Amino acid sequence: MSEQQDFIERARSPFSEAFEMFRKNHAAMAGLFVLVLIVVGGIVGPYLYVGDPFEMVWAPTTPPGEEGYLLGTDYLGRDMVSMLIYGARVSITIGLSAALLTVFIGITVGALAGFYKGWIEEVLMRITEFFQVLPTLLFSMVIVALFGASLPMITLAIGLVSWPAVARITRSEFLRIRELEYVTAARASGVSNLKLIFKVILPNALPPIIVQAALMVGSAILFEAGLSFLGLTDPNIISWGQIIGSNRPYILDASYTVTIPGVAIFVTVLAISLVGDGLNDALNPKLRQR
Amino acid sequence: MAIFITILQRVFYAVMLLIAVLVLNFSMLHLAPGDIADTIAQASGGADAEVLEQIRKDYGLDQPFIVQLGQYIGKVLSFDLGHSFFYNQPVTSLIFEKVPATLLLVITAQIFALIVGVLLGVFSARNPNGLLSHFVTFTALFGYAAPVFWTGILLLITFSLNIQMFPSGGMVDVTVEGGFFTHAWDLFKHMVLPVFTLSTIFLALYSRLCRASMMEVLGSDFIRTAKAKGLSENQIVYKHALKNSLSPVVTLAGIQFSAVVSGAVLVEAVFSWPGLGSLALQSIIARDTPTILGILFFSALVVIVGNLITDMILRLIDPRVGSKG
Amino acid sequence: MAPLLKVENLRIELTTRDGIAPVIDDLSLELNAGETLSFVGESGCGKSMTALAIMGLLPEKVGRIASGTIMFGGEDLSKASDARLREIRGNDISMIFQEPMTSLNPVYTIGEQISEVLRRHQNLGKTAAWSKAIELLDAVRIPNPNGRISDYPHQMSGGQRQRVMIAIALACQPKILIADEPTTALDVTVQAQIFDLLRDLGRETGTATILITHDMGAVAEMAERMIVMYAGRKAEDGPVDQIIEHPRHPYTKGLISCVPHLVATLTDERPELTEVRGIVPSLRDFGRDTCLFASRCNLADDKCRSKRPPEVHFKGQQNSACWHAEQL
Repeated sequence: MSEQQDFIERARSPFSEAFEMFRKNHAAMAGLFVLVLIVVGGIVGPYLYVGDPFEMVWAPTTPPGEEGYLLGTDYLGRDMVSMLIYGARVSITIGLSAALLTVFIGITVGALAGFYKGWIEEVLMRITEFFQVLPTLLFSMVIVALFGASLPMITLAIGLVSWPAVARITRSEFLRIRELEYVTAARASGVSNLKLIFKVILPNALPPIIVQAALMVGSAILFEAGLSFLGLTDPNIISWGQIIGSNRPYILDASYTVTIPGVAIFVTVLAISLVGDGLNDALNPKLRQR
Repeated sequence: MAIFITILQRVFYAVMLLIAVLVLNFSMLHLAPGDIADTIAQASGGADAEVLEQIRKDYGLDQPFIVQLGQYIGKVLSFDLGHSFFYNQPVTSLIFEKVPATLLLVITAQIFALIVGVLLGVFSARNPNGLLSHFVTFTALFGYAAPVFWTGILLLITFSLNIQMFPSGGMVDVTVEGGFFTHAWDLFKHMVLPVFTLSTIFLALYSRLCRASMMEVLGSDFIRTAKAKGLSENQIVYKHALKNSLSPVVTLAGIQFSAVVSGAVLVEAVFSWPGLGSLALQSIIARDTPTILGILFFSALVVIVGNLITDMILRLIDPRVGSKG
Repeated sequence: MAPLLKVENLRIELTTRDGIAPVIDDLSLELNAGETLSFVGESGCGKSMTALAIMGLLPEKVGRIASGTIMFGGEDLSKASDARLREIRGNDISMIFQEPMTSLNPVYTIGEQISEVLRRHQNLGKTAAWSKAIELLDAVRIPNPNGRISDYPHQMSGGQRQRVMIAIALACQPKILIADEPTTALDVTVQAQIFDLLRDLGRETGTATILITHDMGAVAEMAERMIVMYAGRKAEDGPVDQIIEHPRHPYTKGLISCVPHLVATLTDERPELTEVRGIVPSLRDFGRDTCLFASRCNLADDKCRSKRPPEVHFKGQQNSACWHAEQL
């Protein structure tokens, strides 16, 4: 038993070196700083900046800066700042939960396919290919259209269409790692398959999956924005994409109502992809040796 | 002969994928709350339980799931995607009306992104620390992070509302009169903004990948051989290196095909482009389920055919693809 | 008769992380028409750099010719323009490389890759170049050249690919062929075939060959004269038979005793089989005014460690850069 424990312990790779390298990456640190700012803003913003995002506070399409409204009001006279803060909550929540779901499905499918090989791999990879054939946005539009546009359903739709990328990466990592000596040794010492998958192989397969997961948060935010831009979202919530979609007919008078939320999405996703690139550099052992 | 068998295998596999899409379609329809009978009843202003039962019988909805599924697949394979109660038209003819516009948008954007992306990639690979190389890095980041509908609206505001260079939407101006070239020019003007918007994301992806693969190829042994032959710089880059660095880019373009179709939905919404995406949106709002599912099926078909074509192109570029050893 | 190629006092500098290192330090050599000259030494001693310098293919921005001349047909190649070097490469001087598996372009047929060089340098049309390519494929002893001409590299074995490389190199009947470790990556049986081919074709066409290798056996079989290189400097040079019989440099001696059959057949006695101890000095130490072999040499004394040895001349045009050359 102690021997098994030993193999499992050894399989866990230290992440401290990667952390050091990430800290030295200015672009990634800047991205992380922006992200923290947005998350904190989304959490504490409503308490600091008192205002109901649904309430009409002033004349519609008041330009930014006028009458004390920093970012102006939208076509319904709602305060853009309140809307953006609430929108941040929705975007971040959906981004994180959809990415989590994506990674969960992706790792499960990829790990099983890569570990067991044979017909299990064949079947699972065919299913993965099948999901890659469906245009993701159209597929999630159909799901939302048939089953309703609640936040959980949107999250599910995004997760359901995005997992194949994670599954492919997980599978190829598993295929590589399962042939390594310490896995063979662990297997020979009688470690169970479940432990092999989750405690021996998975920790070592994580680096590229973490990078992909970080990027998934960004894609999920973009995805949600696209759906709500098309109006396929819960009408009782405000999100960045939804602000753009609902204000779109009024761009002639108030282009800032679509420009500003777009900047919010852009900056958030950019920050996430900078963090993702930083993670990639830090976790990629080939680069680390340079 | 061997190539013929491979093509046959790919086509067979494609058909299997399509049938899988149908099974998925039908299962979703089955799982979704409400059925066609409800929709018809709604459309005709409500009906009592007896009438509903009759409609269900007429449409075979009282049959077991598997029988219905078989009937559904059989119908689709004979090009019958059902009837749209909203448009009161067969779904197939509705879709065929809109397909050319979407294909025009998707294919032009994909080709534009590939050509410009590859050129940017090649130029920047020849000078990795140059201005263009930084530009490629920048556009790659921008292209990933900017929501495509937002880019579209910004372009619309700038080039259609502020500087009135291009029309703000649609595919043709019905007031335009004249010969073929007048109409072609009109179509071109309508295409510029949507195509450019749609291609930005993919252009960024392709140029970054092309630069990376070009730089790798330029360092390989057979490039040294080409130099030792006394070939010129241009022959080395455009004949020997380019063809090798194209394979990963074409592979990526194939993988991205479904993303291009997805992006087209948003671009069509921004520029009121009369294609499948706009139709999908309208039918979702109208709860026109047969049309929605028909579009999903058809877009999957577009992606599958796109992948098949990519596969063939890949075989033309790289003789090692599909051969053992 | 004037030599075909005359290299004088060549110095090649490489920019490394620790500064500039002379990877070739004061090298002079002559190559006569039709002869085979061999460069011998361990990897990293600058053999390949010399070849690349002659071809004008030193790695851009990293390596450069600091001083010296490379005279070829009255022309100094070290000062020739890029355009002029491109005319010479593949036409007057050509080269084959160590890795046949990766040296051919995977996406073009071998016919295209052979005829390309003919079109470039011989002004042949497409069909003429193609039929010449078939002839060349036959000349490098590939069976069924008419069928194989349309094959892609991945359809051929390593030995066959190296034959194709030889066909490309000899297509324009160059005056000089540089073969950089042409058989290292191949099976032993194939190695002998490739050497036979190189020797026979060299004789037929009158091409002079520079054979770069670390294999003393190949040198003994192929070359008339040899240059033993160590850490970017010439250790010893002269006629192959003479050097094998009586090496005048401890490094050469070490290399020869690494190959038992060579010594056995030539001297009919079997001295103890040895290896050359230690490793090649790091690039950082290349410019030092000492004997660079001193750290690995059992004859080394204070003189060796304080002053670079001058070249000592022996009869039969054998030269050795060793303070103890006379004693050996």
